Amino acid sequence: MTNWKVILNIAKTHLLTKMKSTVTAALGVTFGIGAYITLVSFMTGLNEMLDSLILNQTPHIHLYNEIEPTKEQPVALYEQFKGAFNVVESVKPKQSQRKIHNALPILNYLKKDDKVMGATPQLQANIFYLSGSIELGGNLVGVDIMEEARLYNIRDYIVEGTAEALKNSENGILLGAGLAKKMSLSMGDRVQISTVKGDIFPLKIVGIYQSGIAEIDNIRSFANLKSVQRILGEAQNYVTDINVKLQDMGEAPAMANVLSKQFKIKATDINEANAQFETGSNIRNLITYAVSITLLIVAGFGIYNILNMLIYEKMKDIAILKATGFSGGDVQLIFMSQAMIIGAIGGILGLIIGYGLSVLIDNVAFETEALPTITTYPINYNIGYYVIGISFALLSTFIAGWLPSNKAKRIDPVRIIRGT
Amino acid sequence: MELVLETKNINKHFRKPVDFHVLKDISLGIKKGEFASIMGKSGSGKSTLLYILSTMDTDYTGELFLNNELATGKPPQELSRLRNKHIGFVFQFHYLLSEFSVVENVMLPAKKLAEKSHAEIEHDAMEKLKMLHIEHLAKQRASRISGGEKQRVAIARALINSPSILMGDEPTGNLDSHNSENVFSIFKRLKEEEGLSLLVVTHDEDFANRTDRIIQMEDGRIVS
Ligand SMILES: Nc1ncnc2c1ncn2[C@@H]1O[C@H](COP(=O)(O)OP(=O)(O)OP(=O)(O)O)[C@@H](O)[C@H]1O
Ligand SMILES: [Mg+2]
Repeated sequence: MTNWKVILNIAKTHLLTKMKSTVTAALGVTFGIGAYITLVSFMTGLNEMLDSLILNQTPHIHLYNEIEPTKEQPVALYEQFKGAFNVVESVKPKQSQRKIHNALPILNYLKKDDKVMGATPQLQANIFYLSGSIELGGNLVGVDIMEEARLYNIRDYIVEGTAEALKNSENGILLGAGLAKKMSLSMGDRVQISTVKGDIFPLKIVGIYQSGIAEIDNIRSFANLKSVQRILGEAQNYVTDINVKLQDMGEAPAMANVLSKQFKIKATDINEANAQFETGSNIRNLITYAVSITLLIVAGFGIYNILNMLIYEKMKDIAILKATGFSGGDVQLIFMSQAMIIGAIGGILGLIIGYGLSVLIDNVAFETEALPTITTYPINYNIGYYVIGISFALLSTFIAGWLPSNKAKRIDPVRIIRGT
Repeated sequence: MELVLETKNINKHFRKPVDFHVLKDISLGIKKGEFASIMGKSGSGKSTLLYILSTMDTDYTGELFLNNELATGKPPQELSRLRNKHIGFVFQFHYLLSEFSVVENVMLPAKKLAEKSHAEIEHDAMEKLKMLHIEHLAKQRASRISGGEKQRVAIARALINSPSILMGDEPTGNLDSHNSENVFSIFKRLKEEEGLSLLVVTHDEDFANRTDRIIQMEDGRIVS
């Protein structure tokens, strides 16, 4: 049977008469939580931006033929050398095509699968961009542009022109931004390209493509699949890559495995392709939590100190309360409530300040050539972080309040009363 | 006659710094409506005994009864409640909560007891203050009144829950003769008008002589 009204009233009186200490302690929590919210919103915003930058452009499964040597060299098939120790020197890749055999049936098969959001054919051709007497090596990717737009947000990276313009032109090209700059070309100009065999084709620039990754923008351009097939003089079923986007990214490794066996083809999944990428995100998260926890520990020590001082000052009051019938538990609750009030007020203020700073950062212009779709610093407004933040504040003040309040609980009133 | 307070063979030792047998076989009873005083030389164990009787000190052997109910061995939570409801305590140094107003100080034990509404408690507190002629100080901060006034506030606080017994450890020890006389007459009136039982430690011979009974202590024993 706890009489909360009395306990909270005493706690409130203590806090109000010690306004300075109360404010100091609460501000400690405010800084801790404010810093946490700001950092975590910014860092995860950054993570998400970088994730989407890479992940948006990366298929979940990539099917292609790899040029590689046969696993079994012909000598191993020869009966008479069975069991012998065969040495083969100067192994060459096996005679094979980059072309995916049966590409159209595979595409049809994939498009019927419920787990597949989309499957797009690509034809990657090595070409040269001709600019006067200079030949720039690069590649031209033949794509189904509308599917690329639907699945990989390619529109975000078309900085000039439109996806539709490419679709509607027989010999249009989406030129890489780096290339356009190097060759001083712009929308509407013509660019000459040359195939490896030496055939030259003029293409019309209907758009500029900028992925934000310089290595890509300096070599890659897009054109319609049919155009590229025609340039290479290949049939309509000539496809070198199939990109698959799944409904659930998590199924990529298993599915890649199955497809690889089923179609005797190389299949890499997104986790394999982006293994290093996770590390960056993890380090940013680590920094965020390390800084926030440090600040909160400092705030916790502040609360611990202030409560300790308060209890020392209020020794007599505690003795009186106990002598007039308040139990040790009541006294502990009085001081715990003070800690929790400081934690709650400081924490909520911290959330507000954190939110304010996030909004501020969110509105700071952040324009960089590398990231064409980004205009301001990225912020992740996830309500979950606010829940974590306030829980953090309450937990740390609870721990900081526990020890001093437990001491107050055990104070022997007789010793205090005698002491005077 | 019924006893509000009774002890049987209470013994207490202080073990630090050396073993010291401070209370020896204390057996006594306080009747309902009795005004008893404890006298004895300094160091004879009067305060020590009073702390045991008020249930604040539980480190002793023997038995303590309050209203014929055994208090010895009860858990601290229950002792707190017992103290809250049945025992009023007045110290030599008028201990008040200095950040609270006079009336809030008086109300606090009743709020803890929570048997009455806030309005009733406030009314009771004002009654007690009136009885002690300090109702005009009700809204003052407890730290801003004189020593004699503080002592009367402490008495009002001790009375707020209508306890079975009021204990005092030299309640007049710090007061001048005028205020001392005042406190005595308040005690006397409480005994006569409200039938309150009182047990007061004092060094003041005049004070003690005017009480119903003097309990004389010497070296931790009751000698008469
Ligand atoms: N915490 C303690 N540890 C050891 N000895 C103590 C302790 N408290 C009191 N004493 C001793 O116990 C004896 C009794 O103390 P107590 O305070 O009961 O005396 P008293 O009769 O109230 O004296 P006074 O009239 O001066 O108030 C004293 O000799 C004192 O020194
Ligand atoms: Mg004493």
